[in-house]
Amino acid sequence: MSALMTLTKVNYQVGSHHILHDIDWEIQAGAHITMTGPSGSGKSTLVRIIAAMISKTSGELIFDGQPIETYDPIMYRRQVSYCFQQPTLFGETVADNLAFPYQIRKQPVDTAHVQEALENVGLTAATLTQRIGDLSGGERQRVALIRNILFLPKILLLDEVTAGLDEANKTIVHQWLKHMNRDHHVTTIMITHDAGELAAAQRMVTVSAGRLEETR
Amino acid sequence: MNLAVNNTSLFLAAMLVLVALGISLWQKLGLDKDIVVGVLRAIVQLVIVGYVLKYIFRIDNVWLTLAMIGFIIFNAAWNAKKRGAGIPHALPISLLAILISTGVTLGVLILAGAIKLIPSQVIPISGMIASNSMVAIGLAYRSLNTQFRDQRQAVLERLALGANLLDASITIVREAIRTGMAPTIDSAKTVGLVSLPGMMSGLIFAGVDPVRAIKYQIMVTFMLLSATSLGAIIACYLAYRNFYNERKQLK
Ligand SMILES: Nc1ncnc2c1ncn2[C@@H]1O[C@H](COP(=O)(O)OP(=O)(O)O)[C@@H](O)[C@H]1O
Ligand SMILES: [Mg+2]
Repeated sequence: MSALMTLTKVNYQVGSHHILHDIDWEIQAGAHITMTGPSGSGKSTLVRIIAAMISKTSGELIFDGQPIETYDPIMYRRQVSYCFQQPTLFGETVADNLAFPYQIRKQPVDTAHVQEALENVGLTAATLTQRIGDLSGGERQRVALIRNILFLPKILLLDEVTAGLDEANKTIVHQWLKHMNRDHHVTTIMITHDAGELAAAQRMVTVSAGRLEETR
Repeated sequence: MNLAVNNTSLFLAAMLVLVALGISLWQKLGLDKDIVVGVLRAIVQLVIVGYVLKYIFRIDNVWLTLAMIGFIIFNAAWNAKKRGAGIPHALPISLLAILISTGVTLGVLILAGAIKLIPSQVIPISGMIASNSMVAIGLAYRSLNTQFRDQRQAVLERLALGANLLDASITIVREAIRTGMAPTIDSAKTVGLVSLPGMMSGLIFAGVDPVRAIKYQIMVTFMLLSATSLGAIIACYLAYRNFYNERKQLK
């Protein structure tokens, strides 16, 4: 395994508030990593930096052999995809959301592929015409998740996406993630506080007070 | 012409200001200072402009006319900018949007022979176009500001999916353009039924046959649609990028 991403002495500061301190971290291609740590310790901030949603204040971040600054942020985010804890679906229907990744790439929607993706998270093609306001929390989160992977990213960052889901939904998401990682070689980093998920973690990193430690 | 507002009747009409002032004081609206300042400004500005226009119309010099139009456009841009608080480069953007919307609309009217290239026609028409464009742009800015605030999460979500800045903002941009144009479209629907607009009223006042006056009003309706749509679209397409930083992140 080679490092897909390397962080060296990454810091993040807002004014005088030092949120991340000298983060050193190598992320191996194909890894399935669980990230945990107290609330407010800087986990979301760290993965948002990795996702190019915000920029580090200092340090170095190398993705696929090149500094993050050398990539166009738009193209980069298609490879390093960030999923929010409380996703917002847009438009009117589920179909609007799943068409979006195609629209932004100026490609026609691949209906068969969308249907397969829906089935992988326990939904069906019938969901497509459902209005977003009528979805349950679990359905909403699953639709949001597949929105991120219709075009496979190299890294998938999941920010507490299972928080607030019931056990049945959690299980579906876990199996889907394993499938993404094992069969599609997507490197996954999952932030969680969930005891079950922590117990099942193969590799684990802990962020506390803005510092990162590899704990398993 | 039988336009007879003499100084005495103007003075008596000033009593109407006291009505507004009285209501403000009585209802504790706190507007009394604004009303007094507004009235004084209106008097001073109009008196100055009256004499300036009289001079410009008499001299009939193309550069002087253009300078006056430039002055109108700059003031309009300055006012539109104030509505765009927090949007970087709002002044140059407004200036460009009002300049183009006024220039194109005016150009079409002149080429079509609807108005003549003389100061007494070009200047008042420019003022009408620029002020409507200004209002449209101001409304569009306000809409951009509130939407980028209220829909922050949706915009972030689109960015995270790898949308470019236009794809991430397009619904907001469209809504802002609509908001800017809405008053003009609404007033086009009610013109003649509710309002007899300034141009038409002025011509009728001056003794022009109402049927001739409406031709001008129809022209004005067309030109305001053109001016507000051009102004709003140019301003929105130039302004939305300023909600993002150079790393294409939402500020
Ligand atoms: N833009 C910001 N400005 C100021 N403080 C921030 C900003 N973003 C995050 N923080 C602070 O950084 C700390 C870490 O936040 P976050 O990364 O969301 O933590 P976690 O995801 O681990 O709960 C918190 O104290 C939060 O208030
Ligand atoms: Mg968080």
